[in-house]
Amino acid sequence: MNLHEYQSKRIFAKYGIPIPNGEVATTPTQVRDIAVRLGKPVVVKSQVLVGGRGKAGGIKVAQTPADAEVKAEAILGMNIKGLTVKKVLVDEAADIATEIYLGAVLDRGRRRVVLMASSEGGVEIEQVARDTPEKIVSVAVHPFLGLRDHQARNLADGIGLPRAHTTEFMRIAKALYTTYMASDASLAEINPLVITGDGRLVAVDGKIAVDDSALFRHPNIAEMRDPDEENAAEQEAHRFGLSYINLDGEIGCMVNGAGLAMATMDIIKYYGGDPANFLDIGGGAQSDKVAAALRIILAEKRVKAVLINIFGGITRCDEVARGILQAIDTLTVRVPFVVRLVGTNEEEGRRILAEANLITATSLADAAQKAVAASQSGAESRGQSKEQHA
Amino acid sequence: MSILVGKDTRLVVQGITGREGLFHTQQMVEYGTNVVAGVTPGKGGEWALDTIPVFDTVSEAVEALDANTSIIYVPARGAADAIIEAADAGIALVICITEGVPALDMVQVRAYLDTTNTRLIGPNCPGLITPGQAKVGIMPGHIHIPGNVGLVSRSGTLTYEVVYALTARGIGQSTAIGIGGDPIIGTTFLDVLQLFEADEETEHVVFIGEIGGTDEQKAAEYIKSEMKKPVTAFIAGQTAPPGRRMGHAGAIISGGEGTAAEKMEALAAAGAKVARHPDEIAQLVAASFGRG
Repeated sequence: MNLHEYQSKRIFAKYGIPIPNGEVATTPTQVRDIAVRLGKPVVVKSQVLVGGRGKAGGIKVAQTPADAEVKAEAILGMNIKGLTVKKVLVDEAADIATEIYLGAVLDRGRRRVVLMASSEGGVEIEQVARDTPEKIVSVAVHPFLGLRDHQARNLADGIGLPRAHTTEFMRIAKALYTTYMASDASLAEINPLVITGDGRLVAVDGKIAVDDSALFRHPNIAEMRDPDEENAAEQEAHRFGLSYINLDGEIGCMVNGAGLAMATMDIIKYYGGDPANFLDIGGGAQSDKVAAALRIILAEKRVKAVLINIFGGITRCDEVARGILQAIDTLTVRVPFVVRLVGTNEEEGRRILAEANLITATSLADAAQKAVAASQSGAESRGQSKEQHA
Repeated sequence: MSILVGKDTRLVVQGITGREGLFHTQQMVEYGTNVVAGVTPGKGGEWALDTIPVFDTVSEAVEALDANTSIIYVPARGAADAIIEAADAGIALVICITEGVPALDMVQVRAYLDTTNTRLIGPNCPGLITPGQAKVGIMPGHIHIPGNVGLVSRSGTLTYEVVYALTARGIGQSTAIGIGGDPIIGTTFLDVLQLFEADEETEHVVFIGEIGGTDEQKAAEYIKSEMKKPVTAFIAGQTAPPGRRMGHAGAIISGGEGTAAEKMEALAAAGAKVARHPDEIAQLVAASFGRG
């Protein structure tokens, strides 16, 4: 789960990382009032969960409260990469002398939390890693020891930080590690960490991503989820515990297991089709979950055929079959279904579906080819069904 | 002899009285796995399925019945503790089925296990099976037949799919193992490849990777420099859009690292046969056994 900039910075502040004075607003009038209270030039920053807000015109500096109101009018309601700006953060403008980068991330290879620093602040760290990898220094933290003084000092020295700032930088690095561990983060980064004209270090921008699996022990963070950042289908999938990602093809997919779901998309592509989505119903799904999955898939107008591929282990094919029937009964099904059920209770599952008049398949290759064919002849089969009704 | 589990396995089930734990214990017993004990704190002295004694702690199960392998079905918030308890009791092989274990819990667990002789498989994995000898996991046992192909995969159902296709062609398996899709896992591809390379029963290895991370590339280096046995590989997620998470936490592509194309290239360059889609895996294996 990704947190907004303002949410992330509030958490940073809680662990002793200096952030600029600022407040969140949803209307231009509020923005003006905040600017009056701050009594200084401000930065009006759109709060949407995408990168490149600045380039898109979603971050503007304002010298006066009136100016801030005008800038806010332009930014609120703006569309940035498909997301509408509903909130802005109004921060005191920092007097920036130097920008650096400081981040914490889980390194799968080293199986440790790694702290990274770079003299190239204000740029995406991925870009620095591509262009000038020698400008990134990192230290891996042993979980039983925590971030040691010498490691934090090595980061400061490694990016050529002037000695005058070393002590404060070390304090902030340790606070960032504490933030990371205490929030069960998968990423916590300050970018840029600014050295101001008067020699202070301030986290001007930053973000935290939290491990979804650990949200159970952070109810206060779980509450910060912004429903505006998910589309309707993703919200419904979330509610039913389905893993769903919308793509741009025409063949809807319902599969159990993430690996098999990806492999099913791959084989559709191999036979000349395009998957409309990734959808993993997980292990042991009951019929109502299956019906919800199909409802989500069919809500997408682009879908011309649906491929259901279930390899029963924990998941029982008869439960899946009942869910398919439930969906067919309650929804207007306008596209052909190709169904492949293998594994636990497969015979019972096939028997339940026998009268539903669906296209069945035995192997995965067979299922994929039938789904691709069905999606391409979609117009004809709709014509046929009209004749039948007439 | 295959790898890790077999006739010598003496299994203790942690979380045996839970719904999942009990159901899969029954399945494992029916398959012929030697399940010697169960553990559920507070239920010591009870019996599971009328024949399996339940203990309060893993060490009691080890003392009383010489358990040497543990399988964990406890809920995510207790999983890290269950793994550490098993290691402290001297269990040599721990399989954690539990899904949704917090990543930072696993960072601690891994660092702790490095100080012990315990091997962990998982978490968030289907377990492993040596057909005809022992099933220690949640996979459907009946799709497997004994033979000489070793399988290793991050995924559950995709592995079943490939096993099913192999069995349909009469090609049996030495051991099939799912290492789990989480970012921090106990046993990696590389570890399993080394075990298969050393195993007399295994003649051919099937390797099923996914997008995200660099474990497959590390395995490819080993295949190139050390492995003599033939390897057939597949990488799931060739059509996945960059930067989106596909269920498994591990399946994230970021900054051009860990794409299917990169991994397939690395494996092909290492001399593995690389399947373009899952049904092709069994075809390639059959061809190399002269049954294509």
